[in-house]
Amino acid sequence: MNDQAEPKERIGVYVCHCGSNIAATVDVADVAVWAKERLGDEGVVITHDYKFMCSSLGQELIERDIKEEGLTRVVVAACSPHLHEKTFRTACARAGLNPYLCELVSIREQVSWVHSDRQAATEKAKAVVAGGVERVIHNEPLEPLHIPIHPATLVVGGGIAGIQAALELADSGHQVYLVEREPSIGGHMAQFDKTFPTMDCAACILTPKMVDAGGHPHIDLFTWSEVVRVDGFVGNFTVTIRQKPRYIDTDLCTGCGICWEKCPKRVIDDVYEAGLGYRKAVYTPFAQAVPKYPVIDPENCTYFINGKCRACEKFCPTDAIKFDQEEEFITVQVGNIILATGFDLFDARRVPQYGYGRLANVFTSLEFERLCNAAGPTNGQIVMRDGVTKPELVAVIHCVGSRDRNYNNYCSVICCMSSLKFAHLVKERTGARVYNFYIDMRTAFKDYDEFYQRVLEEGTIFVRGRVAEVTDAARLPSEDGKLIVQVEDTLAGRQRRIPVDMVILSAGLEPRHDAKAVAHQFGISCSANGWFIERHPKLDPVATMTEGIFIAGTVQGPKDIPASVSQGAAAAARVLGRINKGEIELEPVRATIDARHCSGCRICNGLCPFNAIIFHEDAMVSEINHALCQGCGTCVAACPAGAISGSSFSNEQIMSQIEGLLLFDRPVRSRHFSAV
Amino acid sequence: MNDQFEPVIIGFTCNWCSYRAADLAGTARIKYPPNIRLIRLMCSGRMDPTFVLKALAEGADGVMITGCHPGECHYLDQNYKALRRVLLLRRTIGQMGIEPGRVKLVWASAAEGVRLAQEIGHFVEEIRDMGPLNWPGRLAAAHVNGHGRDDRLMPADMMLEEVPA
Ligand SMILES: Cc1cc2nc3c(=O)[nH]c(=O)nc-3n(C[C@H](O)[C@H](O)[C@H](O)COP(=O)(O)OP(=O)(O)OC[C@H]3O[C@@H](n4cnc5c(N)ncnc54)[C@H](O)[C@@H]3O)c2cc1C
Ligand code: SF4
Ligand code: SF4
Ligand code: FES
Repeated sequence: MNDQAEPKERIGVYVCHCGSNIAATVDVADVAVWAKERLGDEGVVITHDYKFMCSSLGQELIERDIKEEGLTRVVVAACSPHLHEKTFRTACARAGLNPYLCELVSIREQVSWVHSDRQAATEKAKAVVAGGVERVIHNEPLEPLHIPIHPATLVVGGGIAGIQAALELADSGHQVYLVEREPSIGGHMAQFDKTFPTMDCAACILTPKMVDAGGHPHIDLFTWSEVVRVDGFVGNFTVTIRQKPRYIDTDLCTGCGICWEKCPKRVIDDVYEAGLGYRKAVYTPFAQAVPKYPVIDPENCTYFINGKCRACEKFCPTDAIKFDQEEEFITVQVGNIILATGFDLFDARRVPQYGYGRLANVFTSLEFERLCNAAGPTNGQIVMRDGVTKPELVAVIHCVGSRDRNYNNYCSVICCMSSLKFAHLVKERTGARVYNFYIDMRTAFKDYDEFYQRVLEEGTIFVRGRVAEVTDAARLPSEDGKLIVQVEDTLAGRQRRIPVDMVILSAGLEPRHDAKAVAHQFGISCSANGWFIERHPKLDPVATMTEGIFIAGTVQGPKDIPASVSQGAAAAARVLGRINKGEIELEPVRATIDARHCSGCRICNGLCPFNAIIFHEDAMVSEINHALCQGCGTCVAACPAGAISGSSFSNEQIMSQIEGLLLFDRPVRSRHFSAV
Repeated sequence: MNDQFEPVIIGFTCNWCSYRAADLAGTARIKYPPNIRLIRLMCSGRMDPTFVLKALAEGADGVMITGCHPGECHYLDQNYKALRRVLLLRRTIGQMGIEPGRVKLVWASAAEGVRLAQEIGHFVEEIRDMGPLNWPGRLAAAHVNGHGRDDRLMPADMMLEEVPA
């Protein structure tokens, strides 16, 4: 290091009081005076302490010093860089200093707010400032990266969130590719009869949107399809979509329905009918399906199984059945991607004491949705498993699989409301006596609590307590032939056994079973629970850590339809902003390989989580694609040749910061400093 | 202050989880001992073992490396790489005569301000029990004793030496 030599840089250090937030615990004036005295040899030429550095006067102070004192580096000791790094960098830029030559070190979150000993806190603040000063010397002027944006967008998942996102984008005149795994778009919402809290019919509000999306001139809809490959990076992804064979020529098919009428093979429909009803081997999941064309499910089709049948082919009036159709791979270019792949329902079999799958008249929430849907297997009749008997006593159990250490700790958000919806529908349609078993009633959001009041007034009985067991083992004559709900009523403070005819389990929401694989495919991450992680839980809920990949709806966490729709629209707005601008600026926190030092060992190649490192076979060196690199720095740490440097987090910066932080603790004098 | 040993600890935090946990500890005014000084990295995967050696060689008594929980790294799974490196590094420093316990890896999500503060508290106590490391002093002593090693050959500096391709 530059022993005794003239310091290269002219550094300004600014210590913030943050009102009394910092000044109450740290002697800020002392830190400023000390920095000027002790860090002068490092190039510190000016230091200030100031009430509020982030105020316009504070910023002007920095700007004036840059101009008048010719500062070449700035260190601000204040709050967390996550709060105000941008503020101070922008101030520097205004004064003509490259913004990346400014470091913000935290003496509030990391010093004054977490320590109480004034002397120790002041000493630590000094060390933190010295670390920042040593580091900033090695900061390099950087320019943001400019990446052009392809105007088309990929939306994966055609539930309500994906549909909303696709429509927003397409309505503003931009191309959208909407990929849905099932034969029709619609997602879970298409399974419901009524939606809380307004109880409007789900199909009536969803169908128009589905039809809009299906017929939109700017939406290319790929149903019965999956994304199999994603290459490239923000602005320009190349996406390969696998279109499974429908065995139907969609140019000829009119959606008349004769094929599924004639098909002799009945199959239990686990997806749309939640296992409660049947479909045929050639089918559309529901009457309002978009697109209207059916698919033949080869796993169940008699012709695919034993080579005989072809009834559908015989009867199809337009000769649209094509048994020789093959899967197709379609490649599209897009600038951004929105993932809206939704949720799976918690598998109620995992709570054996509630008897689902063992006790016939225990139903899941989705089964119940189908049961009361006019287009469902019972034409909307709420009946027991025998298909005829109306229940007289019904139990609705909240929080199944949610808020439970054994399953999921989180609250699934919608189940209190859907349980209330069930109570209301049972009352309205059967007049049965309804018990709702809840832990806490969660009816936040607009008009939700009003709905709760309404259900209370309708006479539903609310029992507060987690149900211990649902059993058919009667102890009393009155329990004979019933399901008995055993619960500790925590308001009455006693155990209760309540006999009922039917039990509805409000199972929670879980991440899709394949969420991890999908996250991996698109280069984003999942939380420990498996929900996709947003860039910021409060301030950036629809962006992800991977540039160009957005998330919307229940993929991000449990939520209701209004919130899913809002996120779909929000994700679309984020994408639109980029399309309109034509390019984005990216933080230049990137790694770079110095080809002269690269030995071509390829160690780094496999480490990069974003496949940003390419190997040039001809020159035998690796190179980093800056649009793909997200700057994690793993390769920098791994390169045995030291050929990779990471901007903003270079070895020199970090090593010097370590030196700075420890400058005044070294028991032995190795530098031109003496210990404090 | 009384004359109990006050260790100096360098902490490496990743930008997305543990640094935010530290921010949260601050916002929530959760107190922990002032013995730790944090450095922000983008990810625990950036953790170069030489950073740890450097910190110890510059006078730190312990080093704490923190990152997102396994499966939550914002760069997918780089924290697993950090884990592997730390395990190896603990073996290496053991062979250099330094207690492996002076290097500790802690996972902390952005929500775990309390936990991070507790972990810091524990670690400070653990290091306090181990006593000062005084690596620079020991190296200088070795030099004075005529072992023929000088400052330039401090292990950390050795590793810093650029290896030509
Ligand atoms: C029983 C029950 C009742 C409810 N009642 C109400 C209510 O009354 N009111 C209300 O506001 N909310 C209600 N909700 C919540 C509501 O269901 C959700 O908020 C909403 O459906 C979320 O929409 P989504 O688009 O995020 O997900 P989904 O509806 O799950 O849609 C996701 C879509 O993505 C597709 N997909 C998944 N993976 C892939 C892949 N890899 N590739 C391509 N496509 C894929 C799926 O096939 C699906 O079509 C209820 C939920 C339940 C469980
Ligand atoms: S690890 Fe370093 S030397 Fe090896 S290929 Fe990558 S950049 Fe080149
Ligand atoms: S810094 Fe991380 S993201 Fe960038 S090239 Fe290296 S390993 Fe990949
Ligand atoms: S981003 Fe936190 S460990 Fe990788």
